[in-house]
Amino acid sequence: MSGSAVADFKPFSRTQMAQRVANDIPEGWYVNLGIGIPTAVADHVPLDREVIFHSENGVLGMGPAPAKDKIEPWLINAGKQYVTLRAGGSICHHADSFSMIRGGHLDLCVLGAFQVADNGDIANWATSENDTAPAVGGAMDLAAGAKRLWVLMEHTTKDGSPKLVTKCTYPLTAPRAVKRVYTNLATIDVTERGFVVLDMAPGLTFENLQAQTEAKLHLPA
Amino acid sequence: MINKIVQSMADAMADIKDGSTVLLAGFGAVGQPNVLIDGLIEQGAKNLTVACNNAGTGHIGLARLMELGRVSKIVCSFPRSSDPVVFETLYRAGKIELEIVPQGTLAERMRAAGAGVPAFFTATGVGTKMAVGKEHREIDGRTYILENALQGDLGLVEAWEADRWGNLTYRLAGRNFNPIVAMASKLTVVQTQHVRELGALDPDHIVTPGIFVDRVLHVPYGDPSGF
Repeated sequence: MSGSAVADFKPFSRTQMAQRVANDIPEGWYVNLGIGIPTAVADHVPLDREVIFHSENGVLGMGPAPAKDKIEPWLINAGKQYVTLRAGGSICHHADSFSMIRGGHLDLCVLGAFQVADNGDIANWATSENDTAPAVGGAMDLAAGAKRLWVLMEHTTKDGSPKLVTKCTYPLTAPRAVKRVYTNLATIDVTERGFVVLDMAPGLTFENLQAQTEAKLHLPA
Repeated sequence: MINKIVQSMADAMADIKDGSTVLLAGFGAVGQPNVLIDGLIEQGAKNLTVACNNAGTGHIGLARLMELGRVSKIVCSFPRSSDPVVFETLYRAGKIELEIVPQGTLAERMRAAGAGVPAFFTATGVGTKMAVGKEHREIDGRTYILENALQGDLGLVEAWEADRWGNLTYRLAGRNFNPIVAMASKLTVVQTQHVRELGALDPDHIVTPGIFVDRVLHVPYGDPSGF
């Protein structure tokens, strides 16, 4: 890619990325948000749109973070941050909580990722086959169990390497699981044809987006 | 008269043998039976296999038990924490065996043990390195792997309330692995914030019926803090 190919465009900010995902979540869905950028999605779903957030540690119906003087020390989320319960919220034990995930009851899970391949493979838990202490947590359960998996991540690594690839080189979290990817450059569906671009950051050309993506991109049919 | 309430930590930890498999409940510092873990440290059992979601933080509790060389193997989903120095040091030195298990599979393996189900098929981990060496089965067009139940010789649990029959309630996210550790263990020992008179707990609100519980120690330590 030559320098001149990088035309003037404005990547989506983290807030815009979270907003973009939140806009696509309809009322009534049960949703699990992964640790990291995905957690911020909840801040952009208005409270009067009843979306029910689930946390792996047995919390269903999570509300926003508490005010400092209103912390309930027995109520945390999977990222071990203090949270609140909405009216109608409930608590269950870990096996029931993961039954919600593994039994296909969650409408949506949003995870971060290291790599997503154009067949829907996701790698998000280890960056080598011999990680010193790999930590998988609930990622494999969520990726295999939720009705749909969306990924929210930067389009490339910090050094510019593509994260949307033809084949994941990192250990897989689940094969053929991702349905849609939201990045700082574009929103991309994973389809039978591969990656289909739904929208792009303002000013970004399709050619430029392709140059920052290893797998072939398609325009909607 | 049935009375599962024990009066001392020594009674709570009596007859725990070397080589035991120990299931530890807790998620973060919430609902984690820290005082019983300290009791296990005092008690002295060694060559333990410990199953717990995390692999200890700092130099207290489970991390301390590992640091003392008492844990030969840990089964967990997420060995990272805010301060996993003890686990990482032992792991790099080859002094502790790690079995990494997806969190839902870990929970289901415990529930299966408690329910008398020796193994089950799950889609979690299919097509990943978790599936290597495991039996695969296609059922109704989807591929699953076989996972074995995980039974504890000892289970350590933290409850909010308990009565002398061992009926338990939990507080908010303090529930987590506690009910399934209780049902999956041959010997279930509970620390509880509150002891209630028999009959005082609303039967509709008891989460763990006393049949899953062997010993209860009253430990009113207050709120959890620090993860």
